[in-house]
Amino acid sequence: MNALLATVRRDLLLALRRKSEVLTSLFFFVIVASLFPLGIGPEPALLKKIAPGVLWVAALLSTLLGLPRLFAADHLDGTLEQMALSPSPLALLIAGKILAHWLLCGLPLVLLAPLLGLQFALEGQTLFILSLSLLLGTPLLSLIGAMGAALTLGVRGGGVLLALLVLPLYIPTLIFGAGAVEAQSAGLGVEGHLSLLAALLALAVFFAPWATTAALRIALE
Amino acid sequence: MPAMLKVSRLACSRGERQLFADVSFSLAAGEWLHVQGENGAGKTSLLRLLVGLSPADAGEIYWRGVAASEADFHRDLLYLGHHAAVKDDLTPLENLCLSAALDGIHLHEEAALAALVRLGLRGREALPVRVLSAGQKRRVLLARLLTRPAALWVLDEAFNALDSGAVQLLGALVGEHLARGGLAVLTSHQPLPLPAGKRLML
Amino acid sequence: MTNMNLINWFRFASPQSFYPLAGKLVPLFWTLALLFGAAGLWVSFFVAPTDAQQGEGYRIIFVHVPASWMSMIIYLAMAFWAGLGLALNTRLSSMMAQALAPTGALMAALSLWTGAFWGKPMWGAWWVWDARLTSELILFFLYVGFIALQSAIDDPRRADKAGAILALIGVVNVPIIYFSVKWWNTLHQGSTINLTRAPSMAHTMLWGMLLMALAFWMYSIAVSLMRLRAIMLERERHTEWVKHALE
Repeated sequence: MNALLATVRRDLLLALRRKSEVLTSLFFFVIVASLFPLGIGPEPALLKKIAPGVLWVAALLSTLLGLPRLFAADHLDGTLEQMALSPSPLALLIAGKILAHWLLCGLPLVLLAPLLGLQFALEGQTLFILSLSLLLGTPLLSLIGAMGAALTLGVRGGGVLLALLVLPLYIPTLIFGAGAVEAQSAGLGVEGHLSLLAALLALAVFFAPWATTAALRIALE
Repeated sequence: MPAMLKVSRLACSRGERQLFADVSFSLAAGEWLHVQGENGAGKTSLLRLLVGLSPADAGEIYWRGVAASEADFHRDLLYLGHHAAVKDDLTPLENLCLSAALDGIHLHEEAALAALVRLGLRGREALPVRVLSAGQKRRVLLARLLTRPAALWVLDEAFNALDSGAVQLLGALVGEHLARGGLAVLTSHQPLPLPAGKRLML
Repeated sequence: MTNMNLINWFRFASPQSFYPLAGKLVPLFWTLALLFGAAGLWVSFFVAPTDAQQGEGYRIIFVHVPASWMSMIIYLAMAFWAGLGLALNTRLSSMMAQALAPTGALMAALSLWTGAFWGKPMWGAWWVWDARLTSELILFFLYVGFIALQSAIDDPRRADKAGAILALIGVVNVPIIYFSVKWWNTLHQGSTINLTRAPSMAHTMLWGMLLMALAFWMYSIAVSLMRLRAIMLERERHTEWVKHALE
């Protein structure tokens, strides 16, 4: 467990020394979400209707933007090799890296989304559900994305390939996440959506670090 | 003396080309192996295979009498490869402390500092590694030899990119390690300032 | 007796002994595919009655439904062989997975295409966001991802292993995706047209469908075996048996 926390601390420290990388994907989220009203028109009823989908797709894309960097730097400078040979279990170190990725690329989205929701004419309780759905959904995006990042590590055209592999797997998260917000704004219950998201998250927490580790070992061979 | 590391009939191929086959050797406490061969003979591949980064086509590796994949091999192993394996944005001190933390070892800052001083990096410990030279970067990595306790050192071309002072220093470090009953497997093209060891020609 | 079986099984698990066997099987499966195909087409075009509600247009399902079935079955088979190759490190099973992928992608594409052809006369639209069509589209993406990942990695052994992990991730996700798309679909009832509410099927229609499904099976096996033979030759081109086989 200490090794996991050490990895988180290390990755956060590294991100602190290079703030631009994290901020870029955050601004990407803001810009993409702001483009839709410009493209569709400022009518509040329409914006309110598309808001859950648009904000969730924007969150999904901005998470994707940070994924190729998740393991690439450690792979290039040989740190990943050292992790694989460390006495600490590799899966634990990888879980730490995924957690750090979520703290850097996922959590800011959760905090930022309500502000963007205001632009889309969403109101109080719906904004809260939007954040809640992202709080459950973005770790899922990081976990699934890590598997894709590990599979495409060091592969030609890895970035595009990563999107191709990961985006179809993001669909259930998108459906339940955006669905929860939509259900809330339509005045329906959101428990179903949120508990399914939570169930998927539980499943991914168990399997994704393990699959990611297996893929990384293959990439290191 | 009983062999601590025993390797038998190891084989490796890259693509269709067979790099080596039937590589066997054993090392007892205090012994070291000098792996030699031309460029592309498979020295690095052998070392990566030995530490378990890549799977062998055939053959077995035993550590303290147990198959290395089963044994708590990684706890006893320190592998330094071609890569710098240090983070450019961190200082040498942070690099040492964080890599120890990842390995689950608690490293006191004084111990890390002493290691850096021994490697000739006095006054550089708080600079980002980015501004150091290639040789100094290499020294940051080599400082791990002092901070990470391990019985088996596997060093791939560790003597490259070092000035003559650093070569002597590394030779002394390996010598001390062997005198303590450690084992080492090294690749190098140059003659090493070390007591006579076993040799393996690929 | 069991001992004999074991030996035989292992004998055919190596490319050089499977290559000639596959060569003998290919014409057999092609013949069967043509026979079943001819019978199936005959039943579906001339024997099966015109549908009371859908007219003649419904006959596209004789291609659409078998193609959808095959696309799913092949994904499972592909993941099975890939997983076996990963677990046991057998060359042949990984090659099998690689050989199956393009046929599976073709089936998924065919299913989408014929689905659109069916949709136009039935619903007046080329595409409806029906749960099954949407899942089929995602399955097609998964196939494309698998093929793209394998072809992007130069070292065949690494490509096999990475592909296997991806296929296994896919197998876990396909039911989740299907379920989520279905859930999504029922929540947006406005545009829903359900393919399952097909009109009660005449017996002859069922027969036509069954024959066509068999034809698709045989075709898939024949084509995959042909591709498998090509992959074996390419991957093992430096070995003695390939030189003998090509003489």
